[in-house]
Parts: sequence; C-alpha cells; structure tokens
Amino acid sequence: MAIQDVETQHRTEGRGSVPQGRPAGGGKAGGLQRGRSENDEFVARALGAFGVGLGLAQFLSPKRVGRMIGVGRAHSASLRLMGVREIASGISILRSDQPTNLLWMRVGGDLLDLALLSAALKSRGTSRARVAAATAAVAGVTALDLLYTGQLSSWLERGPVRVSKSIAVNRTPEECYRFWQDFEKFPNFMKHVKSVRRTGNQRSHWVMEGLGGRIVEWDAETTQDTPNQAISWRTVEGSKVHHSCLVTFQPAPGGRGTIIRADLEYDVPGGRASSFVASLFGREPGQEIMRDLRRCKQLLETGEVATTEGQPSGARVIGH
Amino acid sequence: MKAVCWRGKHDVRVEDVPEPKILNPRDAIIKVTSTAICGSDLHLYNGFVPGMLPGDILGHEFMGEVVEVGSVVRNLKAGDRVVVPFPIACGSCFSCQRGLFSVCENSNPNAWMAEKLWGHSPSGIFGYSHLLGGYAGGQAEYVRVPFADVGPIKVDSGLSDDKVLFLSDIFPTAYMAAEACNIQRGDTIAVWGCGPVGLLAIKCAFLLGAERVIAIDHIPERLRMAREHCGAETINFEEADVYDVLMLATGGRGPDACIDAVGMEAHVHGVIGRYDRVKQAMMLETDRPQALRQAIRACCNGGTVSVPGVYGGFIDKVPMGSVMNRSLTIKTGQTHVQRYMRPLLERIERGDIDPSFIITHRVALDDAPWAYDTFLKKQDSCIKVVMKTNGLASSRQTGSEVAPG
Repeated sequence: MAIQDVETQHRTEGRGSVPQGRPAGGGKAGGLQRGRSENDEFVARALGAFGVGLGLAQFLSPKRVGRMIGVGRAHSASLRLMGVREIASGISILRSDQPTNLLWMRVGGDLLDLALLSAALKSRGTSRARVAAATAAVAGVTALDLLYTGQLSSWLERGPVRVSKSIAVNRTPEECYRFWQDFEKFPNFMKHVKSVRRTGNQRSHWVMEGLGGRIVEWDAETTQDTPNQAISWRTVEGSKVHHSCLVTFQPAPGGRGTIIRADLEYDVPGGRASSFVASLFGREPGQEIMRDLRRCKQLLETGEVATTEGQPSGARVIGH
Repeated sequence: MKAVCWRGKHDVRVEDVPEPKILNPRDAIIKVTSTAICGSDLHLYNGFVPGMLPGDILGHEFMGEVVEVGSVVRNLKAGDRVVVPFPIACGSCFSCQRGLFSVCENSNPNAWMAEKLWGHSPSGIFGYSHLLGGYAGGQAEYVRVPFADVGPIKVDSGLSDDKVLFLSDIFPTAYMAAEACNIQRGDTIAVWGCGPVGLLAIKCAFLLGAERVIAIDHIPERLRMAREHCGAETINFEEADVYDVLMLATGGRGPDACIDAVGMEAHVHGVIGRYDRVKQAMMLETDRPQALRQAIRACCNGGTVSVPGVYGGFIDKVPMGSVMNRSLTIKTGQTHVQRYMRPLLERIERGDIDPSFIITHRVALDDAPWAYDTFLKKQDSCIKVVMKTNGLASSRQTGSEVAPG
C-alpha cells in the first residue's frame, strides 16, 4: 500500500486534514478561529463599552472608585492609570472588526486587576469586604471576557484532542518499522509507559504512570500493520481511557533516512482544560510524544538514550 | 571526589561529590589529569547563561586517563591517555555525519529547553547549563564521557598535558574561526579579543597563510603577547579608534576578514557601553555585542565576519544593513571539535604550533575559586589557567616560564 493510500484511509476514518492532506494537528478548531455569531459580537461590543465607562470613572474620579472597591484614597494614581488602560482597550474593542480577538487584551488587563486586588486584600487600610466584592466582580468579567474570546468554551469542550508530531531519523523505513513493531519495547523510549504486553494476535495490555504516579492500564488492539509504512492501534471498547495512534514511516527526500510521524487522538476526562493543566506539568501528550519520538530517534541512531540521570552533582541548594 | 561546583553568580566551590558511574553502554569514565578554565566558563560565573543549577559541576576543557569503559566501547581501554572534545556527539546522526558535531541531534537530553530559546537544539556540552544537557563537567577528579567511542582522541606520544590539553576546545575553536575566514594570499585578518582563543586565532590565521593579523584588546599584557608570541600588530581600543586605525592600515578597504573572539560580554566604554549594560540588566538584551558591531563595520566589502565568541540570546543595534549591502558573510558556531582533533594533534606533533604558550597559571583543583576570580578580573596577568588534579600542591602557583611560541 502506498503512503497516499495510508493517508486516504486515515482521512476516511474521520480525521480532519492539514494542508498536506495529513491527519489534523487539532487544537485551535474550537478557539479563536471559529466564526462568531452576531450575538457574540454584540456581547463583545458591550464588554468594550463597559470598559470605556469603567475606565472613565476610574480616570475622572479615582477616589470615589477607590472607596467603592474598598482600597481607600491612597491609590488614585494607579487607579487613573488602570482607567486609561481600560478606556484604551474598550475603544479598541469597539472600533475593531474582530472585537473578540481584542478581548485577549482585556483578559490580560483583568488578570492585572485581579493581581492588584489580591495584593490589596492582604494590605492594611483596605476594606476587605469591599475589595472582596470588587474581586468577585472582576473575576466575573474575566470569565465573560474569556468566554467570548472562545478560549473558555474550547477548554470546556469535550471530544477528542488530536496531536501530530514528526521526527527525521537517519535509518531506513524498514529499520524504523521493525523498531515500532515491537510493542513490548515501547517502555524503552516512552517515558511514562511502564510496560506493554502482547496478550493476543492483535491485542496488547498497557500500563502507564499518570500524573502524580497514578497507574493507568488499558487494552489496545492493532488496527493497521502495513510493513515498512504504517502501524496504528487504538484502545478497545470499554477501556477507561480512549485514544488511537497512527505511526507512519516515510522515506525522507534524498535518501536522508525516514520521517517518523505520530498522529495521536485522545479523549481527556475533563475536556481540554485538563489537557491545559497537564501541559503546565510537561505532561501534555503533544509534549510527551515529541520527547518520546526524540528518545526513539536516539535509540535507533545511537543505540542508547542520552541521559544524565545518576550523575554526580554538588548539593542542590543555593549558598550551600 | 573533588569537583568544582557552580553555586551562583561569582560563587564556585570545590566540593566533595560522588564519583561518576557508567550510565550508558557507550560511556567511559576518565580520571582527569589536567582541566582548564575557559573564557566561556566566565559567562557561567557571571550568571549570564540560563539553565544553571546550584551544584552543577563545571568544566569542558579536560583530559586524562581512561579508567572504565561501557560495554560497547571498543576503541578505548583502561589506561589510555585521552583528550576529550567539549561538544558531546553521537557520530551517527545527520549532523554528525556531515561533520557538524556541535549540533549533534542526539546528545542533548534537554533539547526541548534549547528549542524554546533557539528554535532547535545544539549538541550537549560538558558542564555548560541544563539548556545544553546538564552534563557534569570535567573540572573534577573523574568525569563521565558519553559517546566515548566517538569523541576522545588517544595521545600516545610523549607530549605533555599542557601541549595537547587545548585540543579539547580553544585550539580547534581558534582554528575553525580562522578557517572560516577562507584566507587568501595577501589577506589581512583582524582579531577582536586577545584572550586564549584570540591569541590562538592569530597563530592559526598565520598558519593558514594570512599576510598580516591585527589584534584588538585593551589589556597591555595580552596585546604584548599578541605582538611578541603571535606576530600580530595591535590596537588598544582604549587609546585609539579601532575603525580609523584599521582603515589607515588597510588603505581604507578594511580587513579581509574579522574574527570576533570576544562574544557576549564585550567591555565597552561610552554611551553605547552604558546602553548595552542597562538593556542587559533590564533583560531587554542578553548579550553585549560591541566587538561584533565593530567587526561588521570594519570588514572589507565582500569579506567574512567569523564569530567564535559565545553568544547566548539576543543582541541589539547590530548593523545588518552593513552586512547585507556590502556582501558580508557571517560564519559562526560552537566548534566541531571532533573534526579538528586529529589534524591539529598532528600539527602539534610536527611542531607547527605549541598552544601551551598561553598558559599563565598552573594551579591545583582546590584553587578553583581563586582562579575563577583572578581570571575574571584579569589580575596577576592571567590569560589561561590550567588546573591539575594530581600532585600539585594548592599554592596558587604562577607559571613563570612561557614556552616559546
């Protein structure tokens, strides 16, 4: 089967496509790029107008606003500055053809406000109740801003996340294919996969260490095995986790080895928000796949995985 | 064992740490006999390189004796005397096979960190931040050398450590910088910086056929060494306008090639110097590129600016218009040391060059804190410090004899 056939087959399995006609990289589909309804635009403009109003109030009578939100009279200068920022972002949102994009600026401003308010909560001479109320109000606006940037909705969206990564390896497609055929050796380069055991002709049992050392297990079935071209598998019905992975081996131009490409599609419990949280710990599958691919390349090219684990160092304390 | 550990800005200490072990089949363990402090170690000492952790063992210029090899290393055995190149390279990836060892695709376990900063990752380097792999360095009694079947070169001849140690870094670095100048008969080469790499670059430029070499620095003893040991003409940038003097010397045409052997921490006076320091302090610019600016401006139309000096991040006010409109070529890179070790060892064996003339201080490993400080402040006429692990008493001994260049 030619590589094109492999791709076509995958597309018919319901994946989107990127310009090269490969399975989609996923990610942004539900975010900023999505078309917006007129209603969304109205809300965005309303948020802009609210910003201008609030900004004017902060700029013209900072002391009154200060009393209202419980920080007293001492912060007039900073409130005036915040007001100018608020007016500027509000006007940009009102003037823009794509107000939702500019809401990002507002989100930044909101976070700044929240930071200042939380500082105010801790300092003396402020009315805690009023500051707390103001914080709640700003948090509400932040949520609205986020919602209408589309990011929040994308974070909460359920459904599969798709990740594609590739790496050039100085080995033939045959050598690379043979390497990936040996499921039981995956733990050699898949950092968090503890073991893979063949349990049947097309079946394997996987054990992985999840976030915080939690052990996750599942059964997978091989869905495709095209010698020297492609291997794919997916979790079986009834597994606790759901994902599928396609690995292809394409000769690099000019005899420069093989481009190994992995397309992973997975369901995350908790939607994209949890995927975002995982990324903060370096455990987002896109990051992990790239590191696993790099270790795979190291094994194929050098026979070992580059490491410094276990080497000596001085005490890891500052000013020891 | 004893090792020189980085603790923070201007704080290195000799600490007792566990001895290294073989971690991979292609590793070797080397008992270090001589190890040098490199000018680029001062960038770490000054806290300008990101990704350092307290306790990191420093040092990427070292040599010694093999004490143990991994299960697949066939070319080395215990007892072999070797010099180790500073970039760690696998020898089998696309880069290594093209001879670009310092951008090996497989030796940096923290490649993702470097990719964030630079787009792609270079090779791992001994003792040079976690961005470049976080490998424990060779300013220690023992060091683990990955890919020992590719990097280290055996030295069987009776040449002293001092003569061959610099094959690990600065001699190939100077040579690659001069080679990048594509020197033709009659060429004039200008070299910014008369530290160890600059001085050796002058020598290498002459070896490769340069007619004249003009060296630029502000430290009298370094300028004197450039003149007396290397045969260069010199400019003290504190006393004269570098551009004017270079134009006067070359009939207004400028040097055919310029070598920036200074890098990210150029000493600059006046307004532009303060500008760089302020921007660097505010993290708006990571490097102070004054030597590079001067080299570009001075270079002859169609000439080459060769940059062995280390840069880490971002630079500002670099005259790209001058590069583009005047057909300049900029060549740079961490040195592909593995490519040069054999031919340069042969040059040393033939007596074409003896790089040990730059050594001003031979001290014990225990003296590392003093040596870093002295080298940084360029006190005591310090140009190059070599630390010995065996036998040399801690005495802050000064090497008085200078071998004939």
